[in-house]
Amino acid sequence: MEGFYSAVSLVVVVPLIGMLINLFFGKKLGEKGAGFIAVSASAFAFVVALILWATLVDQHYEPAIVNAPLIHSWISIPSAGIDIPWQFRVDTLSVTMMLVVTGVGTLIHIYATGYMHGDERFPRFFVYLNLFLVFMLILVTGNNLLVMFVGWEGVGLCSFLLIGFWFDKPGKHPTEGTVGWANSNAARKAFIVNRIGDFGLLMGIFLTFWTFGTLDYYKPHEVIHLEHDEAPPPVFAVEGAEGEHAGEEAAHVESGSEIHGIFTQAELWFEEGNHKVTFGSIDLDFDAVITLITLFFLLGATGKSAQIPLFVWLPDAMAGPTPVSALIHAATMVTAGIYMMVRSNSFFYNSDLTSFVVTIIGISTALAAGFMALGQWDIKKVLAYSTVSQLGFMVAAVGLGAYAAAMFHLVTHAFFKALLFLGSGSVIHAMEHGHHHAHEHGHDEHGDEHDEHAEHETHEEHETHTHHDDHEFDPQDMRNMGGLRHKMGLTYLTYLVGGLALAGIFPFAGFWSKDEIIADAFTVGFDEGELKGYLAIAVLLAAAAMTAFYTWRQICLVFFGKPRTAAAEHAPESSALMTTPLAILAIGTFLIGFIINAPKGFPLFGWLFGEHRFTLFLEESVIHAHAGSFNWFMAILATGIALAMIGIADSIYRKPMPIPMEKDPLETGQYQPLFALSNAKLYWDEAYFKYIVYPFQGAARFLANTIDWDFWHNFFHDRIIGQGFQGAADVISQPIDRQVVDKGFMSLATGVLAAGSRLRKTQTGYVRTYALSLMMGALLVIVIILLPTLRDLLGI
Amino acid sequence: MQLETTGVSLTSVTLFAPMVGFFILLFLNKLSDERIKWGALITSLITLGFSILLLAQFKSDETGLQSEHIAEWIPTFGIYYHVGIDGISIWLVMLTTFIMPLSILISFNMIHERIRLYYLFMLLIEFAMLGVFVAQDMFLFYVFWELTLVPMYFLVGIWGGEERRYAAVKFFLYTMAGSILMLLAILWLGNEAGTFDVKVITEMVQSGALSFSTDTERLLFLGFFIAFAIKVPLWPLHSWLPDAHVQAPTAGSIILAGILLKLGTYGLIRFNLGFFPNASADFAPWIAALAVIGIIYGAWVAYAQTDVKKLVAYTSVSHLGFVVLGIFSLTSSGVQGAVLQMVNHGISTGGLFALVGILYDRRHTKAINAFGGIWKVMPLFSGIALVISLSSMGLPSLNGFVGEFTILLGSASSDVLSIWFTAVATLGVILAAVYTLFMFNKVFMGPLDKKENQELEDLTWSKNWTELGALVPLVIMIFVIGLYPSPFFELMDGSVGHLVNFVHTVAVAGK
Repeated sequence: MEGFYSAVSLVVVVPLIGMLINLFFGKKLGEKGAGFIAVSASAFAFVVALILWATLVDQHYEPAIVNAPLIHSWISIPSAGIDIPWQFRVDTLSVTMMLVVTGVGTLIHIYATGYMHGDERFPRFFVYLNLFLVFMLILVTGNNLLVMFVGWEGVGLCSFLLIGFWFDKPGKHPTEGTVGWANSNAARKAFIVNRIGDFGLLMGIFLTFWTFGTLDYYKPHEVIHLEHDEAPPPVFAVEGAEGEHAGEEAAHVESGSEIHGIFTQAELWFEEGNHKVTFGSIDLDFDAVITLITLFFLLGATGKSAQIPLFVWLPDAMAGPTPVSALIHAATMVTAGIYMMVRSNSFFYNSDLTSFVVTIIGISTALAAGFMALGQWDIKKVLAYSTVSQLGFMVAAVGLGAYAAAMFHLVTHAFFKALLFLGSGSVIHAMEHGHHHAHEHGHDEHGDEHDEHAEHETHEEHETHTHHDDHEFDPQDMRNMGGLRHKMGLTYLTYLVGGLALAGIFPFAGFWSKDEIIADAFTVGFDEGELKGYLAIAVLLAAAAMTAFYTWRQICLVFFGKPRTAAAEHAPESSALMTTPLAILAIGTFLIGFIINAPKGFPLFGWLFGEHRFTLFLEESVIHAHAGSFNWFMAILATGIALAMIGIADSIYRKPMPIPMEKDPLETGQYQPLFALSNAKLYWDEAYFKYIVYPFQGAARFLANTIDWDFWHNFFHDRIIGQGFQGAADVISQPIDRQVVDKGFMSLATGVLAAGSRLRKTQTGYVRTYALSLMMGALLVIVIILLPTLRDLLGI
Repeated sequence: MQLETTGVSLTSVTLFAPMVGFFILLFLNKLSDERIKWGALITSLITLGFSILLLAQFKSDETGLQSEHIAEWIPTFGIYYHVGIDGISIWLVMLTTFIMPLSILISFNMIHERIRLYYLFMLLIEFAMLGVFVAQDMFLFYVFWELTLVPMYFLVGIWGGEERRYAAVKFFLYTMAGSILMLLAILWLGNEAGTFDVKVITEMVQSGALSFSTDTERLLFLGFFIAFAIKVPLWPLHSWLPDAHVQAPTAGSIILAGILLKLGTYGLIRFNLGFFPNASADFAPWIAALAVIGIIYGAWVAYAQTDVKKLVAYTSVSHLGFVVLGIFSLTSSGVQGAVLQMVNHGISTGGLFALVGILYDRRHTKAINAFGGIWKVMPLFSGIALVISLSSMGLPSLNGFVGEFTILLGSASSDVLSIWFTAVATLGVILAAVYTLFMFNKVFMGPLDKKENQELEDLTWSKNWTELGALVPLVIMIFVIGLYPSPFFELMDGSVGHLVNFVHTVAVAGK
């Protein structure tokens, strides 16, 4: 069956074909056709991913490296020792990512055909969505860092295009309210912030190349044998002699077949110890170099996976259509940073400093973003901060060395967060429909307090069809919702499943994966006595508590109570195209945790579904992945905290809310400052604008206007040099001006210049100057050429 | 020194092809405007055809000159007509012959005055630029070098914008100032070597038959360097560039940014690296520092511009900074990346100027504020603009990235530059996103709230085929180079590898 490995090219090529068809013929195909093409492309890719998975199982998880069709080499410079091929890698890690991306992706594609129905740029939307799959799959299947980087920036591009999909529609600006440029600016912000991370990744890639002389993860000839027992150092059997590289300098490693992939080589050098890397004139310890590389990689990860300090783009990214938020900004793209760090676990595992920093970044992001989610009104913003927070959990897991747990949480999170986002999309869609409905039918039967408000709104909307202002109805504001449980039963039920999974309630998916991370933190802290373990336990538990709180707050505000606006009153359940993916994801969310990775020592489930199957699967390619055992104490503690927070949230938000609702119950009491702080997102954006963006812009203007233009261009060049030159030329040229230049050279020049008469009149002075310069040059030529002869003549 | 003359070679044929068209247009003075345009286009396409033949018969395993043609010119002074190509110049010849038909095509509907004169100058400048890239005699090189100034002076001065006269003269004088220094250096060097032949001098330098004292070498180096640095333009010698770029007609800007600036970077490789390895190694950190400052400075200043064309003009300072950094990393990957990036910059910045020109043609303004949301009315145009912008900001899988990456990889592994150069230059990648997206955002995205923009016409094959005809080949090349650049490296690997090896053995390893 190993021939099936080469099908990996199809995983990339098929969505590419789908994208090209829709790009060129999308308009002609119409909604149905374009949607069908896009969904089929995605589904086909999913089938291919399944085939690859089956092949892996059949081949005893032996990884394979496959060359891209048609173009094998990408950047190949023999004299510089650079050879970077278009190459894919099929192993358990990449197949896991492929399954998640194409599986969840296909469901979201289907959902989007319903959600985007009626949009004037419907086909274009699916062009972007398929293009996203192409890049995401390149990212996860590439066999070297640079191919991964293609995907890495490519998904950033798609993110940019999709956030800005409704570029002309007004949206919410983080600091300036509703403005027409908000969506475009959000798109730009995402790209630029990501580029800051990409800078880190690029630097890491340069250093890696310098250190190893290649960027390939593994070379085709390398075979990895692993033992599945707990925590022994990995044993490598690599073709070719091992001791050979002892005295060799990395930058000068030569000849293709001898060279190892970066990860194998790193393990060998760590094993060997005391390896030095020569950077120009300085020798660095290999450990130090790896620490530097991994810190740069981490910067990349904080951009793509929205961690402190670069997380600020993700909440704004919610300006994109909701399927995009689900696919790109929750389930797949934002996990690329985690994938990248897990892929490089040979680097990260061996650097204690980086691991510590990674843990700190992860846990502080989990906590800060969890806090920011508490006080949001926008249904998608809550989920956005929640995503940032959950990504923080995964990053923390990477820092703790719990690579399997990180990937496990990545998979379960893809399910339940996609579910929640799609659910929120269903709600928003329904609110918009309800709003239109109420709008069309004018006054409705609910003539109580909110009527005046609602009428005011509809009136405004009518009057100012294109001019949007603060009174515009916001279908994403949870204050406008309430009581949707009765309006949209299926959406409610599935949302509840997603919410419980997010909160980490047994037996939903999030319970298993989150607890595995916390259990690993426990091991690192209490068993191994490391500071980062203790810190992680405390902070992650607090973050988990917030998770449960904001999740339940959201469910109460959206689904419980009574409808607070006419829109909510008239909200219909969404179409089957949208609810079917919700149902499938909900089932997945319910099952996936214990089916694929029931922990060791957990009664019944382990016996039923096998223990740690996912972890064992991952271990085939993630060398330092390991399975911990189930920690009853932490599981009960975490679940207890979550349940308690749900209870508290329930007591606050389950009560009937005032209509119209303007303030949070917490906004009036003693928690008001805390709520305001959360609502303002800790003033993070404001600080960035004040201390980075505005100074940068000011400096740019100063540099451009004052330094470059006023001083350098106008003063120095035009005044000092320009006028000085002209003056000198005038003086020197006076004697020969009339005789030589005017009569001889100028007649020629003016002949040509007859074309531009105005030009001639004003510029003769300059032409004269040039003629003079040329003559002086010619004179010099003659003098210098004749110099030797002159020397001889004069006998010098 | 006597050189053996040879027969006519394909290089000469390619070089003189534009002149054939030039003289036909010059002497047939009764031609209709349409025929003149087509005549110029066909001439440039024939030139392109010859250059493709040149490429096809290029042997990648040879490091020296190919398709040489040597004839006597001014025997008294040992000056020959000597042309030929190697792995470096072949790509610049290709760039020239590729960009020229597109520049001519895009002028079809943009130039309405003095049409014959315009296309005469277009063909003349193609001849001159090709001459610079193929000349293997310093004197011949200098003649072509100066010859490029004349048509560009008139292109800017006659068909340019409001301030065209000022810009034309400034461009002329500024480059002239450098040229005179180069002329002095050429004469001095010719005197020392007893020949003006580039190939012979290179061989003499490499074999040790010709060597200079440290001071002489440095002075000669600077003589060439300043002329080239002005042309590039290397920070802080860029003051002529915003004027010339902004005032030039669209095709003029495309040629200026796309090809003319590369005369400077090409000269740096051919003369400074080839003749003066010691001085190159000595000055490398200083020049690289200017290049890196230029990368950051150009990008930063570009971001604050309010005029689209000026913004694009300043990006050249930044992009060419990368090229110079690559050259003075003195590594094979740096120099090859630099050569490829010259081609890439020609394509992407040429494309950007074409886009700006098309917009200006419709809207008669270049103020960024005047636009917004035009994606809505010009989807095809905006899609092409997106690809070209992304190419310019170095998105992986498009051409710009390949060049930038290899340059940075080269500078990171350079023996003469510390890692800080690479680190700061890589920051330029962030800034590139900042200014490119700023421009793209403000022009193409956001609300379509200005009346004049709501009626903008998109590109169509039926109505404005010349515009699409000029843009589509650029887009195709953006993808080709981005996805499969190996053939490009393969052809220059021999020549560059040889050159860098030589510089290393003489200068770098000796320290």
